[in-house]
Amino acid sequence: MKISRLSLLALALAGLTSAHAGKTLDTIKQRGQISVGISSGVPGFSAADSKGQWTGLDVDVGKAIAAALLGDANKVKWVPLASQQRFTALQSGEVDVLSRNTSVTLTRDASMGLAFTAVVFYDGQGFMVPAKTKVQSAKQLKGATVCVQAGTTSEKNMTDFSRIHKLNLKPVVFDKFDAANAAYFAGRCQAYTTDASGLASVRAKEAKDAKAHTILPDLISKEPLGPLVRRGDDEWLSIVRWVVYGLIEAEENGITQANVDKLKAETTDPTIGRLLGKTEDTGKLLGLDKDWLVRAIKAVGNYGEIYERNVGEKTPVGLARGKNQLWTEGGLMYALPVR
Amino acid sequence: MSAERPAAPIPARPAPPRPRAGWSWHHPATRARIWQLLALLGIAALLGWLIHNTQSNMAARGIQSGWDFLGQTAGFDIGEQPIAYESSDSYWRAFAVGLLNTLRVALAGIVLCTLLGALVGIGRFSRNLPVRALCRGYVELFRNVPLLVQLLVWYLLLVEYLPDTTEAWSWGGAVFLSKSGLVLPFAQHGADGWHWSRPVLEGFSIEGGAALSPEFLAVLAGLTFYTAAFVAEVVRAGILAVPRGQIEAAQSIALSRWQTLRLVTGPQALRVMAPALTNQYLNLTKNSSLAVAVGYPDLVSIANTSLNQTGRALECIAIVMAVYLTLSLATALLMGGLDRRDRARQAP
Repeated sequence: MKISRLSLLALALAGLTSAHAGKTLDTIKQRGQISVGISSGVPGFSAADSKGQWTGLDVDVGKAIAAALLGDANKVKWVPLASQQRFTALQSGEVDVLSRNTSVTLTRDASMGLAFTAVVFYDGQGFMVPAKTKVQSAKQLKGATVCVQAGTTSEKNMTDFSRIHKLNLKPVVFDKFDAANAAYFAGRCQAYTTDASGLASVRAKEAKDAKAHTILPDLISKEPLGPLVRRGDDEWLSIVRWVVYGLIEAEENGITQANVDKLKAETTDPTIGRLLGKTEDTGKLLGLDKDWLVRAIKAVGNYGEIYERNVGEKTPVGLARGKNQLWTEGGLMYALPVR
Repeated sequence: MSAERPAAPIPARPAPPRPRAGWSWHHPATRARIWQLLALLGIAALLGWLIHNTQSNMAARGIQSGWDFLGQTAGFDIGEQPIAYESSDSYWRAFAVGLLNTLRVALAGIVLCTLLGALVGIGRFSRNLPVRALCRGYVELFRNVPLLVQLLVWYLLLVEYLPDTTEAWSWGGAVFLSKSGLVLPFAQHGADGWHWSRPVLEGFSIEGGAALSPEFLAVLAGLTFYTAAFVAEVVRAGILAVPRGQIEAAQSIALSRWQTLRLVTGPQALRVMAPALTNQYLNLTKNSSLAVAVGYPDLVSIANTSLNQTGRALECIAIVMAVYLTLSLATALLMGGLDRRDRARQAP
């Protein structure tokens, strides 16, 4: 862990020879592969299966970008990153895009040379407790020891929440997600805190009996998660942003992995025609070709399909759409118009 | 000639020739000095270039840098605080808390690993076969399993098998042992003089007293048992380094085995052991940085959190490097001083 952090630093020192404004797309095309930073094990978002294949919502975003850009969803080099490594990896150019359940804050956006593209998941920080404690609300956790992962917004949010409600929460901070999980399930902490999606994911993967653990209803923060890129390459930022928006627009317009080819051939709807590059060439404006979104949808499906496949109610993670429903269905998922 | 005049003073050695005054390229001392100066300039230039390059590139990428963040509010809590700390305190203070936590576990570890290591090292010369075998087995087991694995095992054993805080094992309502750690009564100096702070179970936690968290205990156990295996080998080598004749001489004047060890072998072995022991103490201190794996808020853990809140990666890592460098140099200096004093005292 320490070695890799230092080598990242060395990379940062050695690799920073010039700003790459506008060069990311060219570099990727030349290399024939996108380097995507992901988390190393959050089921539903990014986790490796028994065959070593990465799956999850964050992974599908990476695949969609690869499909739109390079015509092949598999032309991705996955770089699993710990929380503390992720920003340095992006800054130093080790990854082209960070698709790794990362919340954006003003500090992160304005002071780290990073830029936020679009939200793929609206989350909030929650608490999980063993059901036998009968705790119903986070405000009842007075004096509790809480397991938390280092290098996250969770540490600070929890501190603020603890101060406001005079709870005197005691953090035990682990540098690895796995270590924090193990300590919570061994009973070292009376509560566990991270983004609510992370709690559901941990409960699904680690708990011997999922019913023995309650995720409390309180959400103590806003955690908009989405891919990040380096600042200074606006062309690349636009590509990542519009791939995400394209996937959301596709859901709004009923374009799915299964019907995308048929729709493209038969549609008379001007919006669908535009989205699928039949009537207008939106790809050209991004430095791509007109089929960019068709390929992305064929590779991973529209946003709703990605959601249901990875974290939806029928998956072990079991998260209702909630705030991540389309805006037309009462949720917050609102794509800027792809036109 | 010495046989005839044994008491004659040793004649003073002739003084080495004084270096000639004036400059000459042919003079070795002059050349050496010039080379040293050039090397220094080269290193300074390289460092300057690295710093300048990094700074300008960070500026070009909009990454902010500087040390001003140390004065800002840290905003996060720390689970173990040897000095008073609130989340509204500065990053400075947070780093100080981390440093003290590192020192706390490193110093305790150094004391304990020395004691245990000495016992095991001496035990390897025991006449009792099971004791010898046990000591040897200990060394082989603990020095060959990676420290990180040992830390995780200690930690999971502690938190898995101890009772929940609310069902803590208690001795006389004064000492509590649970997943929250070991809590002891603690003498406190307040406005009304000294009094005992007794731990009391309140809600989810045990308040009052002095607590040793499972994180601290796991790191301490891990560092102690791991390093003691190496210390035992140092002790063994030190004892073996004492010439056999010394032991025979001690036996000839009827010293017991224990007396031999304490008066003859031990002091001579100590001199051989000092440099190697210093290395072990340095290793132990540096290895304490693995503490973050089991949630102990040492310096590295605090630096990690700070790095993530502020994005000042270079600064935070520089602080960590500077602190470990200072600790290492201080340890080496201290041990060197002790060793010199020891030699001076033992000098014939």
